[in-house]
Amino acid sequence: MSSTSKALLTGAIALALGSPVLAYDFGRPATPGETALWDIDVRPDGKGLPPGSGTVAHGQQVFADNCAACHGDNGVGGIKDRLVGGQGTLASDAPVKTVGSFWPYATTLFDYIHRAMPYQAPGSLSNDDTYAVAAYILHLNGILPADGRLDRDSLSEIKMPNRDGFVPEPEFDPAKLFRTK
Amino acid sequence: MTNQSDIPVEERGNPGQSGLSRRNFIAASTGLAGSIVAGRAAADSLADVPPREVGADLGGHSERSKYVKISRIPEAGPGKRNVDPSDAINSKTPLDKLFGSITPSDLHYERSHSGVPDLDPVKHRLLVHGMVRKPLVFNVDDLKAMPSVSRVVFIECTGNGWENWKKADENLTVQNTHGLVSTNEWTGVPLKLLIELVGKDRGSNWMLAEGGDAAGVARSIPLTDEILNEAFVAYGQNGEPLRPAHGFPIRLIMPGFEGNLNIKWLRRLKFGDRPWMTRWETARYTQLEANGKAIQFQLRMETNSVITSPSGTMMIKPGYQRITGLAWSGHGKIAKVEISTDDAKSWKEAQLNLPVLPKAQTRFQMDWIWDGKPTKIVSRSTDDKGNVQPDRKSFIAATGTNALFHYNALQTWSVDEIGRVRNVLD
Ligand code: HEC
Repeated sequence: MSSTSKALLTGAIALALGSPVLAYDFGRPATPGETALWDIDVRPDGKGLPPGSGTVAHGQQVFADNCAACHGDNGVGGIKDRLVGGQGTLASDAPVKTVGSFWPYATTLFDYIHRAMPYQAPGSLSNDDTYAVAAYILHLNGILPADGRLDRDSLSEIKMPNRDGFVPEPEFDPAKLFRTK
Repeated sequence: MTNQSDIPVEERGNPGQSGLSRRNFIAASTGLAGSIVAGRAAADSLADVPPREVGADLGGHSERSKYVKISRIPEAGPGKRNVDPSDAINSKTPLDKLFGSITPSDLHYERSHSGVPDLDPVKHRLLVHGMVRKPLVFNVDDLKAMPSVSRVVFIECTGNGWENWKKADENLTVQNTHGLVSTNEWTGVPLKLLIELVGKDRGSNWMLAEGGDAAGVARSIPLTDEILNEAFVAYGQNGEPLRPAHGFPIRLIMPGFEGNLNIKWLRRLKFGDRPWMTRWETARYTQLEANGKAIQFQLRMETNSVITSPSGTMMIKPGYQRITGLAWSGHGKIAKVEISTDDAKSWKEAQLNLPVLPKAQTRFQMDWIWDGKPTKIVSRSTDDKGNVQPDRKSFIAATGTNALFHYNALQTWSVDEIGRVRNVLD
């Protein structure tokens, strides 16, 4: 940023922070009960995963009832994103990026289904059904056996096939950022 | 600061640059059959101009002239055009039909992941929590009552330019190739102020920003000094409340960073000590290289530029042509834009319309006399950090053709012997 724009901007923020605003209450305290309603994010270490569990077998039913219409019977050939296959294609001229071939963390699958799917009614699946349907998608990708079951502990322990397929941009590498401060 | 863009171009002092003087301009346009002159009807007479008449009643708000046909185009991804609106994933700005550098609010490009929610501002809330001393809930009026910043910045979808990774469709306009970038003035509360109010833990260097759309789009944001100083939660867009497509009632503004980080319909900011690895920073918005590895956290938008006129599918005639376009960089200000009218063999510096703002689009222009022979025209931007927009061959050599996002290679337009302008790779 140029020095003039920096001066302008820090000027504006200094004004904000130097003003009496901080001595006043803006907003209101969040109560733990209401925060829990919205606090849905899940991290790779499993933090944020809710209690509950689900099997591949049950997930097959959940998928048929809630997902197959858009994603195809086995997560392939639907009208929306393909969820299965593509392993070994990432370095080809026609890479197929799916949960199985591309996604680095199984926790992201739970987080995404829980927050965003099914597309027309996100949040409508119970935690058990979400574990189950995630287990089924992982099974379709060869990551869980047919008698597999997922819960908070087992989900964060899964090593996805493309776990090591990502290289951070040096400027924002989480392993290096903020370490020198 | 004098605003040079207020002065007619042919009268501007332009020392050391390539613009024509007024005398040369007239000589050029009268001496040759320039398209501007030739474009007029031969038997033009003032007698044909309709008489003055009393107009329509004054209204509560003004509409565009019925003679102006201008709109965004909804599309679905590289090569997926003319789609049913229910299948569209983005809507592109008509860069070829706009002037200056500010995009009208209703023509700002849009990328939405689960439609445009209809949010009642009275019921909307922003939860700020996580590694903080005092988690708070804000309503929209709370935010509007606080000290504010206003800033003119570009927002660009990381998919902008994605039509040209593998091949060039010669029927594309600049709206198709580059319409996923726009510049507006945004107004809101500095992120830093919200951070002070909740008392962020010093050990927290990452923030999750989450939208109130059905998809709950969420991204992890590193709290670098630059981001802490520049990010803000906006409720104003070009002087009015945000448009629903752009995040009404509130959104995050992250000057210079991926469009997807500027979370719309913002409803939650959570502080933590590491990234969350959401779907949008793993499965999406990561760039697959030729070797099959993907670049992650490439959060900044690069130095870029495109000639908006003459551009894809336009027709030009021999003679005077004003070349104009837009340049922008997530690193800072545009320092210069060079234009080649001979297929990247030689370059001339274009004139930049003032003001040139950091992380905002800058309008550039240059006079050109087209000799009627087939050629290629291309622009190249350099920002004030010294970053130069790459030519396509070296760009592809470095990234491969599978990255999908962060395409900022030079855009070449070819001109054939009858003056047809077309999208080509290089
Ligand atoms: C009405 C159609 C529809 C239904 C039903 C649906 N989805 Fe989706 N799904 C989508 C769309 C559209 C996307 C892409 C959204 C985007 O790109 O922002 C998507 C994306 C996904 C993705 C991410 C794919 C990727 O590689 O990024 C997963 C995983 C997914 N859906 C799982 C599910 C599951 C599980 C269900 C059932 C519980 C389900 N979906 C039901 C439409 C649907």
